[in-house]
Amino acid sequence: MKQLVVLSGKGGTGKTSVTACIAGLASKEMTLVLADADVDAANLELLLNPRRRDTYQFTGGFKASIDREACISCGRCMEVCRFGAVVHPDGDPDAYSVDPVSCEGCKSCYYQCPVNAISAERTVAGTWYLSDSHCGPLFHAEMFAGEENSGKLVSELKKAAAGLCGSHDCGLVLVDGPPGIGCPVIAACAGADLALIVTEPGVSAIHDLHRILQTLVHFGIQSSVCINRSDINVSRTEEIEESCRNEGIPVLGRIPYDDRVTMAMCRGKTVLEYDPASPASMAVLGIWKKLREFL
Amino acid sequence: MVIAVASGKGGTGKTTVAVSLALAASNDADARPLLLDCDVEEPNCALFLDLDRITRKPTGVLVPEVDPVKCDLCGRCAEVCVWKAIAVAGEKVLVFRDLCHGCGSCTLMCPRGAIHEIMHETGSIEESSNRSVDYAGGVLNVGQVMAVPVISALLDGHLRDRGKRTVILDSSPGSSCPMVETVKASDYVILVTEPTPFGLHDLDAAVRVVTDQLHIPSGVIVNRDGTGNDDVIDFCRERGLPVLARIPMDRRIAEVLSEGKPLVRALPEYMDLFREILATIGETTS
Repeated sequence: MKQLVVLSGKGGTGKTSVTACIAGLASKEMTLVLADADVDAANLELLLNPRRRDTYQFTGGFKASIDREACISCGRCMEVCRFGAVVHPDGDPDAYSVDPVSCEGCKSCYYQCPVNAISAERTVAGTWYLSDSHCGPLFHAEMFAGEENSGKLVSELKKAAAGLCGSHDCGLVLVDGPPGIGCPVIAACAGADLALIVTEPGVSAIHDLHRILQTLVHFGIQSSVCINRSDINVSRTEEIEESCRNEGIPVLGRIPYDDRVTMAMCRGKTVLEYDPASPASMAVLGIWKKLREFL
Repeated sequence: MVIAVASGKGGTGKTTVAVSLALAASNDADARPLLLDCDVEEPNCALFLDLDRITRKPTGVLVPEVDPVKCDLCGRCAEVCVWKAIAVAGEKVLVFRDLCHGCGSCTLMCPRGAIHEIMHETGSIEESSNRSVDYAGGVLNVGQVMAVPVISALLDGHLRDRGKRTVILDSSPGSSCPMVETVKASDYVILVTEPTPFGLHDLDAAVRVVTDQLHIPSGVIVNRDGTGNDDVIDFCRERGLPVLARIPMDRRIAEVLSEGKPLVRALPEYMDLFREILATIGETTS
């Protein structure tokens, strides 16, 4: 079993579109399990149109709440909270309550309250699903609005995906990762055999590419790169290829700008399904052939 | 006035909008606008600003340090730590700094007063300016997990004495904690999206945070207009969200941005659009 994670650093470079194409190609040659680890913007299902099989609750962190009857208005909770989560409701200086959006779930106020007026319970922070797609089982999730712990949800999804993959002797776990370099990204790339970074030929994407590459080096994960919308700025594309060559990172291909990718998306399809002869489709096919050698 | 630029989906043009608004605000304001890059995982504003010398100050999380002489290995610290960032192992207390959220609970709960706190550097705050705007941004160190402490350090340090300045916050994509930390500090949120199924799906998630949960007034900018379909516009109508602007799909925009040129400088015909957006928001929030 191999695990491939698709990342980008910068958002909106085409991670999900590339992941869905690779899923389609890989599923013709091997059995695979998919995980959409971009739980903030879980878009893979919009291209794979899976059927939901099982639904699970995701339990997030603690949220404190204050029993107004028991509270003696001593203010100790507000004093110890470092996240500005203890507030005076309606501006009443004698009343205390917890703003659940700001509450970090550290339980410091719960331990400090002299009259045990504070409780702290774990809350349901999202839902995750096991669904069936034409490419294989898909694990995906929905975070509830404004919830934290998305890294923990990603870890839970990936654990379930790897478990199913292991028990069915699958060849590949394909993970659609989140943008950035922080908590959910680190959770998404844990245990990956290879990362495919989808970048673009622009100053922002190049800046972010270097940060995600450093992050992957930090965690000892091998990287490969493909350049989306490569013809928007050919000299920047060449700059990426040269810097990857110097760092020994394989560049698996260029994908030209192709408005059929968006047209396909509007029909809930990948560009490969929508127009297999389009420039973007041909490019992704080339990338998959190289990727297969690494896997 | 503090305006946050957020999106749900990544790569829709938050930084382009944030930089353009800051430059548009510099034209007629009595005070210099302040642009704060809150996308600390992948900060990009500085690439578009032609900044003077950048100063950097470390920032991070207050983590526990245990005095082995005072500590009697009672384990209370480990019991109260929700994140398992501190543990007693044999004759020693181990601190896992990267897991620590800096809540200070272990320090308060230690019965022997054996814990004090030290700063664990997880990022930095950079500051600079150019001839039109002042800039500050957070940068999360590579390998670090938590973006929020860097964002909150940036906002704490720069929002307090803002006076009458227009402050623009460039948020991370998504709708979880880094985005929430940024938008909750604002008076108005601009949600930048594109007219595609992905853009709509992620806009919906962002609206549920900004409107339904935080109740902050907001409006939408539709970028790459002309691609995709009309579903985003229909959604805005249904949710009663004003469409502040529609920026057309224009290959020239992609080309100038790829070279790090600010949109309103490279293609000045867009300057009026961003001035109008500022005027609209000014009327809405006053």
